[in-house]
Amino acid sequence: MRAPEYVTLLSSVSARVTLNQLLNQSALDRVFQALADPTRRTIVERLSRGPASVSELAAPLDMSLPAVLQHLQLLEASGLVESEKTGRVRTCSINRKTLQAAEHWIARRRAAWERKFDRLGAYLAEEEKK
Amino acid sequence: MTTGTGTFTQHATFTIERDYPAPPARLFRAWAEPEAKARWFACHDDWRSEGHQLDFRAGGSERLDTYPSAGDPSGDNVHAYRAHYYDVVPDERIVYAYEMYLGDKRMSVSLATVLFEPRAGGTRMTFTEQLVMFDDRWDAAGRELGTREGLENLARELARA
Repeated sequence: MRAPEYVTLLSSVSARVTLNQLLNQSALDRVFQALADPTRRTIVERLSRGPASVSELAAPLDMSLPAVLQHLQLLEASGLVESEKTGRVRTCSINRKTLQAAEHWIARRRAAWERKFDRLGAYLAEEEKK
Repeated sequence: MTTGTGTFTQHATFTIERDYPAPPARLFRAWAEPEAKARWFACHDDWRSEGHQLDFRAGGSERLDTYPSAGDPSGDNVHAYRAHYYDVVPDERIVYAYEMYLGDKRMSVSLATVLFEPRAGGTRMTFTEQLVMFDDRWDAAGRELGTREGLENLARELARA
């Protein structure tokens, strides 16, 4: 087999970086999935204004408490929302760090321009030679 | 689309500064002349670009369709760029707005400002983009794009290693 080669490949810096990107990508997928539902977006929007208890979150929603809890579970799994229980009250809040992962999209837009401007530089250098 | 509750919009602004060893007039031409602009703008690494049209003047427009790979020119995957120019000051400033579509979904609307300033030995180009992204459309598009990009990058990196 070519095991040593494979190990070298995986331990090379560039491969590691890209695997990291892939892992981050799947985290981002969970965020997208969490935000794909209108109820969950309503919850996130409410929490973006400040922490709230589960019953406060459920009040404006036209569904049973277990259904709301299910949505909250998914939001917690995505990392968008955190919760803490004090006595009998569970308080939810937004996890700013994960929300910022959404900004990854904007970073990609920026990276696309950086590549174009690299090509612009290469184009100008090529024209210079003529 | 879904009900009004929970519709997300996200705003962002970013600036990119580049110094090029060429006078402002040459840099400006690289933006203004269709053949020159196509050389650096209308190619996308290994993506396929089609139908670049540029009518470079205040009130003019520009369009470009890009497909992720040569083997997959399905309508859903076309990345459509549609721009409209508002302000053109030769060798100094370009202001334009552009939309990005994925298939028939508008993903973002941007206002872009490009400034050219003479610097010793060349030009400083400052590109500022102010954009609004429609996050409620991220789910499907983001997943599809992100995954494919991630896998392609991985393949490329492994090939290089």
